[in-house]
Amino acid sequence: MTEANTGTPALKQGFAEMFKGGVIMDVVTAEQARIAEAAGATAVMALERVPADIRQDGGVARMSDPKMIKEIIAAVTIPVMAKVRIGHIVEAQILQALGVDFIDESEVLTPADDQFHILKHGFKVPFVCGAKNLGEALRRVGEGASMIRTKGEAGTGNVVEAVRHARTVLGEIRAIQSRPAEELMTVARDLQAPYELVRYVHEHGSLPVVNFAAGGVATPADAALMMHLGLDGVFVGSGIFKSDNPERRAQAIVKAVTHYQNADILAEISEDLGAPMTGINIDDLIPAERLASRGW
Amino acid sequence: MTAPRIGVLALQGAFREHRRRLESLGVGVTEVRLGSDLHGLSGLILPGGESTTMARLMTEYALWEPVRAFHAAGGHLWGTCAGAILLSREVQGAPPQFGRQDSLNLLDVTVQRNAFGRQIDSFTTELTVRGLNNGFAAVFIRAPAFSRVGEGVEVLASHGEQAVMVRSGRVTATAFHPELTPDVRLHALFAEQCAATLPSA
Repeated sequence: MTEANTGTPALKQGFAEMFKGGVIMDVVTAEQARIAEAAGATAVMALERVPADIRQDGGVARMSDPKMIKEIIAAVTIPVMAKVRIGHIVEAQILQALGVDFIDESEVLTPADDQFHILKHGFKVPFVCGAKNLGEALRRVGEGASMIRTKGEAGTGNVVEAVRHARTVLGEIRAIQSRPAEELMTVARDLQAPYELVRYVHEHGSLPVVNFAAGGVATPADAALMMHLGLDGVFVGSGIFKSDNPERRAQAIVKAVTHYQNADILAEISEDLGAPMTGINIDDLIPAERLASRGW
Repeated sequence: MTAPRIGVLALQGAFREHRRRLESLGVGVTEVRLGSDLHGLSGLILPGGESTTMARLMTEYALWEPVRAFHAAGGHLWGTCAGAILLSREVQGAPPQFGRQDSLNLLDVTVQRNAFGRQIDSFTTELTVRGLNNGFAAVFIRAPAFSRVGEGVEVLASHGEQAVMVRSGRVTATAFHPELTPDVRLHALFAEQCAATLPSA
């Protein structure tokens, strides 16, 4: 038998490819994880409080208790993700030791380092990171992120920031494609992004890794909108378990991501889901409450 | 010989990668989300992704019977990873709350989900595949394995003790992901098989 390799970039990025066209759901208990799995989630994100509650409670938000993460790992057969604070190398080592399948270095938690993100190449477990624009996305990929998501504005139930970030990243990709090759070094300087990755984007017209929507998705139509804009799949945080009927809403969002081009199906599944989470107007947030401004 | 048209089940997962591999061989591809999309196809690839997600969407949009009928009418099927789970007779490692996991029952094997462990145990290795002249760089991601192989099912590749590629009649299953590597030999083989049969109905 030939020797096997583990933890390679191909395995980490290839794993992220398997989430495409799917919905990754925030869960805070094993029971919610089971509901998410039965509804068709492609993975669950295990955390102690959904972003809407983190927002309400205030204080420092940290990595979840390993006991709770282990309970969720034991409860489902689909992949389990969990969040670490930006720059918290040791929280990431702990999650890897727990056997978590994917780590989200997330602005939803209180940053542990206001200057430096984790060097993700050194880990066997893959990472997903948030981004507001292409430069930020490519810096994270340069550090070893295997998957990118929009930051959006988590815990608001308001999709406007996720749309803004998706349009920014995808628009910047289109702009790079139209530039002649000799201008790419200057583009890299302006974006503050690694030159080799800018060249990749120029050649392929996409990020080198899977690109998901996150931060404010609350309805099947929101999820389908993000797919329509050209993203590969959707994270739903507070949007499911802060709504009136989480099970039905979860099922409907799963279907919406698959059938985002079929308006008849979207109309049918959007019906009678009960009230969505209440939602917050982004303009009502004071700057310190804007999670997307965390990380650079 | 007319070029075959091949479908890729596009409910969830790495369906675009299969599409690109087939298109690089000059094969026409249809993304299949509903039973009516199967019309005029010679073959169907069931891609990698999450088998529980795909099974749920197969049930919601009544795809189980149309795919079985497609096979019965002469269609070729190839499942990779999660797709292999969907083809199998019996699934081990289903979510406890499900009791059992639905599948197409078109391949007489028992498939063990996550047979090699969690993501940190995912691996790449060089496989010897029957029918290929030299080794195949295989990507195993939270991969299943065929823990029981029925009579008449041919094992085309193994990793250690575990069967990881099997074929029976017009149904092929791989526990690994040929769509994630640039090597198109397995896609070419599948397209050849499909070309040998006229499209169904």
